[in-house]
Amino acid sequence: MDLQKMQGIADGIRQRVLAHTLANNGGYMSQACSAAELLGAMYGGVLNLAPVSEPINPPFFKGVPVVGTASVKEYLTGAQFHGAKGPNFDRFIISPAHYALVVYAALIETDRLREDGLDFFNKDGSTVELIGAEHSPGFETTTGSLAQAISQAGGIAIARKIRKESGKTWVFMSDGEFQEGQTWEAFQAAAFHKLDKLRVIVDVNQGQCDGPMDSVMSIEPLVGRVKAFGWSASVVDGHDLDAITQACALETGHPHVVLCYTDPVRGLPLLNERRPVLHYLRFKSKEEQAKYELAYKEMVK
Amino acid sequence: MSYEIVARPHEQKFIDWSKDKPEVLVLTADLTNSCEVGRWRDIYPDRYFSMGMAEQNMLGMAAGLAREGFEPWLHTFAVFLYRRPLDQLQMSIAYPSLKVRLMGFLPGIMTPGGVTHQAIEDIAVLRAVPNMTILEVGDATEAETVHDIAHAIDGPVYIRALRGEVSRIFPKNEPFKFNTARILSTGSDITLITSGIMTEEALRAIPLLQEKGVGINHLHVSTLKPFTDPIVLKALQSAKHGVITMENHSIVGGVGSAVAEIMAENGIGVRLDRIGLKDTYAHGASQKYLMSEYGMDAKALVESISKLMKKDLGISESDLEEVRTVSVHSSAKAEAL
Repeated sequence: MDLQKMQGIADGIRQRVLAHTLANNGGYMSQACSAAELLGAMYGGVLNLAPVSEPINPPFFKGVPVVGTASVKEYLTGAQFHGAKGPNFDRFIISPAHYALVVYAALIETDRLREDGLDFFNKDGSTVELIGAEHSPGFETTTGSLAQAISQAGGIAIARKIRKESGKTWVFMSDGEFQEGQTWEAFQAAAFHKLDKLRVIVDVNQGQCDGPMDSVMSIEPLVGRVKAFGWSASVVDGHDLDAITQACALETGHPHVVLCYTDPVRGLPLLNERRPVLHYLRFKSKEEQAKYELAYKEMVK
Repeated sequence: MSYEIVARPHEQKFIDWSKDKPEVLVLTADLTNSCEVGRWRDIYPDRYFSMGMAEQNMLGMAAGLAREGFEPWLHTFAVFLYRRPLDQLQMSIAYPSLKVRLMGFLPGIMTPGGVTHQAIEDIAVLRAVPNMTILEVGDATEAETVHDIAHAIDGPVYIRALRGEVSRIFPKNEPFKFNTARILSTGSDITLITSGIMTEEALRAIPLLQEKGVGINHLHVSTLKPFTDPIVLKALQSAKHGVITMENHSIVGGVGSAVAEIMAENGIGVRLDRIGLKDTYAHGASQKYLMSEYGMDAKALVESISKLMKKDLGISESDLEEVRTVSVHSSAKAEAL
């Protein structure tokens, strides 16, 4: 595992998301800070994805799937950015769709999305949507209504088990999704059906839209809960690439979850001034924006 | 008139039908035998997945399987397929138009399980969901032949299914036809559109009504979405005194509403009377009792026709009792859940 390469991806994610946030006066900045190493590790070597020949230009939205028409089969999913599917390759299902900006940045860093892809972010008619849907780069399910990806990934994992495929099915989740009942339904079903090639990696940033999770709805002790549901689990520092990659490599004979405890201001301590609500960064004043401009200059030095 | 009673028409047909279709899977939520797939599970154990009482996850996993080219057939009671897991049905299954088949048993007031078990607004809810196809079987022949119809649709299909002892109303050699109404009688006074178990109930009254000189254009509809059958439009256009719909469902949003939309869109200026649950919940009791209590039986049909034709037809309740087609399913089979 090339940890240096992974760190480069992580640094690039923070820089790109901050640059975008500055240019557009808004962005899911704390998610970039918390998940940069996690996604850097995944896209930087943990995942066994087929390569893409060159960075893909994000297509314009061609319309929703309509039953009884060719649109259902011709509908392009964002999975193409993860390369061709194959029995030995891994799948990577993105669950927290509001991490889209962070995922797009990761795809650019790994030459899967064209560098100017973020120019289309949240633009009318573009697939590079604010909240990713299954046509958005990197996505293959529509999971803006949270906790639906884990079940769909479970179904994909059952299908792959029937076909005796060796590839793993990975799901990237946010910790807030462990407040949803469906997550636990999916966890119990994955254990019951012995989906040992199903993997979940979680950004445990302990924050959500309303603020710190322990002020909204506590999910702790998370590791105890997931283990009680029949999964094996690793708890790691979500900025320690060595720890993340080791935990991701474990073969336990069970579905395995890697809980990455993260710091939502890592790499951008200026965000501390926004506490306790870090969910979305929109500058409150020109002065504040100027401070972030400075921070960006520091970051890219 | 009495009909042949077919025991468990879905059970063996589905086993036979699935045999050469390895992509067909069954997922259940703790109602396997109740939905007539216990033997299916024993015959095809590798294609059967127990999902427990967790429908939101079951729908999501079905979506994942369908994305991979499998065709999951979910079997549970109708009410549990759309009410709790509607978000999963919409975002995981309907949006991408995946080939998931939702076999919903005991629709409407067929279950004595009461309000929690009675799917009375499923058609209304699911008609509003893009990409959904909605089918409802009305007899044993349709229960035996709905599988090919659903299988051919490149998107999600919700089926109001029948189980247990089911009358055979339609000839064995006239299978379920997609988006094609069955013309059960012709006449120009009243156009009557019935679906599901209401067709059999209406058929009790029709001979008596015909004896009284009422001309009834009676259609049985089994494809509820899409609802674009030209046979239906033609029948609606030919009604002299009015149109009546009968459905085992709320009158809001179901077949009655679908008919109203067609009538309005085509400027068909006759009255419409919708027989069904009149925007009310029901409660736990037998099918026969509930159909009478909520004005969904043959008597309600006679009253509706009297109203639309503005004349007393002279048909009494005892006349209707005499033509009861079978020894009333609901009392003969107060089935265990």
